[in-house]
Amino acid sequence: MTSHNCETCPAHAQLEQMGLKVDRFDRVIALAGNPNTGKSTLFNALTGLKQHTGNWPGKTVTRAEGGFEFNGKKYKLVDLPGTYSLLSASQDEEIARDFLLFGSPDCTIVVADATALERNLNLVLQVLEITGKVVLAVNLMDEARRKGIEVDVRTLARDLGVPAVPVVARTGEGLSALLAAVEGVISGETTTDPKRSEGTAEFNAAIAELVPLIEATAPGVPNARWIAIRLLDGDARVERALRTGELAALVTRQQGPDDRFSRKIALQGAQ
Amino acid sequence: MSTESNALPLTGLRAPARETRQGSAPDPEQVIRRAEQLRQGLTGNFRDEAVSSIYVEAEKISRRAVRHTGDRRRFDLDQRIDRIVTSPIFGLPLMLGILAVVFWLTIAGANVPSAMIASGFFWFEDRAAALFDAAGVPWWITGFIWHGVYRGLAWVVSVMLPPMAIFFPLFTILEDLGYLPRVAFNLDFLFRRAGAHGKQALTMAMGFGCNAAGIIATRVIDSPRERLVAILTNNFVPCNGRFPTLIMVATIFVGAAFPPVVASLAAAGAVVGVVILGVGFTLLMSWMLSRTVLRGEASAFTLELPPYRRPGITRILYTSLIDRTLFVLWRAMLTAAPAGAVIWLLGNITVNGTSLATHSANALAPLGHAIGLDGVILLAYVIAIPANEIVVPTMLMVYMGGPMMTEIDSLAELRTLLVDQNGWTMLTAVNLMLFALLHNPCATTILTIYKETLSVKWAAVGALMPLAVAFLVTFLTASIWRLFI
Repeated sequence: MTSHNCETCPAHAQLEQMGLKVDRFDRVIALAGNPNTGKSTLFNALTGLKQHTGNWPGKTVTRAEGGFEFNGKKYKLVDLPGTYSLLSASQDEEIARDFLLFGSPDCTIVVADATALERNLNLVLQVLEITGKVVLAVNLMDEARRKGIEVDVRTLARDLGVPAVPVVARTGEGLSALLAAVEGVISGETTTDPKRSEGTAEFNAAIAELVPLIEATAPGVPNARWIAIRLLDGDARVERALRTGELAALVTRQQGPDDRFSRKIALQGAQ
Repeated sequence: MSTESNALPLTGLRAPARETRQGSAPDPEQVIRRAEQLRQGLTGNFRDEAVSSIYVEAEKISRRAVRHTGDRRRFDLDQRIDRIVTSPIFGLPLMLGILAVVFWLTIAGANVPSAMIASGFFWFEDRAAALFDAAGVPWWITGFIWHGVYRGLAWVVSVMLPPMAIFFPLFTILEDLGYLPRVAFNLDFLFRRAGAHGKQALTMAMGFGCNAAGIIATRVIDSPRERLVAILTNNFVPCNGRFPTLIMVATIFVGAAFPPVVASLAAAGAVVGVVILGVGFTLLMSWMLSRTVLRGEASAFTLELPPYRRPGITRILYTSLIDRTLFVLWRAMLTAAPAGAVIWLLGNITVNGTSLATHSANALAPLGHAIGLDGVILLAYVIAIPANEIVVPTMLMVYMGGPMMTEIDSLAELRTLLVDQNGWTMLTAVNLMLFALLHNPCATTILTIYKETLSVKWAAVGALMPLAVAFLVTFLTASIWRLFI
């Protein structure tokens, strides 16, 4: 792929696509977002792989993994199925949710559709409840421009408390700025202050009590706060996961490769 | 935030929490019970509040960051197209029209290159075999390599490559354009009435490419019941491995019954008819499953109609030719080579003066006859269980196998071979198309059903239910046909 727009990205020379070479990596990046926002297109642009893309929601149903190198650091990029929320039950959305929660990515790129920002922000806000290590990629900027939609990414970044970068994944526009933002968030150079809902005092107290309990029951769980909220809500699946010890297993599984499908799919592009 | 100042109504239960912080891990049951108690202590419905606060926040943030400037023409154009494409009156006919055009282009365009590739390959087979003979290589080595393995490969490539190289780019253009969700939208009401999920229309559309892919795509369906319905019925739409069979039979039987000018149109019409029948069976079996073993109502869902996007040429070519055509062809060749070898062995190992192929075909003949086919066709289906792609080549190789070496350079000669030498009738053709449409999925698909359901039972149902349907339907058509004709 040679379509990177070089006037807009001085750091382009530092991006090296590494395809499937993800054996040794320094950092793990997750790609999340609503269905059909161009996650797989962005994945392909960064890794040089040919993951199957298509103009319909639900194209990606498994995790695909690929690698790239930026500024001398090796990254593993995990393309997740599109999801509207982190609460729903279908299996593709569960794959996305489990990785965000238990895969402990060093940074999560949430890809949003610039032409339907409001709907996309619902997921962004939910991800921010889980982790502050987030960069928002406002994709499909070309389509938005054509439709006469202007997105003020500065205001967006300020309101969300995480970096927001306009990109056009199809042409490669803005990719280096995106990666620079990711690098900043991981290194701590960019401090994030994720927008989170302020619960009532008694809600916060209940969470504060449950979190240490959960951490003691399932050691190493990265998102005890989220699990506490789900338990308070009476989420039967999370209760079952806690009971059966599945929660701990999830953590180990998410941090390994999804060896059932990802490599094969990334290679063949066939699903 | 201080927990002390917000005294909970259940303060008496705080002691165990302190204990666990110091010592042993608490029992999960205890944590869950505590969460339940805490929940009762919360005022109001915090879940609804949390969800609505996210919605309110998203709206607020987007209102601040997004500005619409004048031009909404493009958006209106999308909507105007959608009003036609998804209209209750024009939606379905338009869809069938597009389908017919795609198949017509495939059939009309693939004929000539197919014949050219075939004659090229078989010319090479003859030269290579002659060279081996001249070099004094034993006849059975020459036969095994060139008339067995190589011929299997040559058939697969010449029968499958041209139609795929036309069909897949066309399908990928529709996919990239954003037409597939519109198809799902148009078919939603039918699936809902069958008690299935509307998104099953999407997974069914993927099944046209590959049933195994369609089955993995069912992950987009939330409800386990509806997902299982979608998995078990995906096989009823013909995958690209089965299209060559359908296209060949449609071309040499249906097409040949019409004047040459409209022959390919008629053939395309027949393939569209089979596809409609396949969708009909998908709906019928979904309905039956939803009324019996997988009882339940269809759940509601939202389907996003994405904006139409101009397909990228390079991506179309890459996806359709490398990902799909070559991938499928490679898989077919991997199975065709051993299948070719098996057929050659069956055709050349003789017991009591008759080849094993003839023996097995004869054994299967009564069953084949009962369903309007013959023993050779059934034998081909048994050999082709690993991949449906090789049914036609297998069949032809058995027909032509053994000592009698026929060469087929044109479809007219193919028709002669089938009709005059092997007694095919219109019933054979019709039932072969029905059988190709309905019979059991290939080994890869069965394995995929197992992987997705993790149940041997459902994998068995997924394999045997279509097979039973195929036998039943072809038996019925054969009986009715013989009654009247």
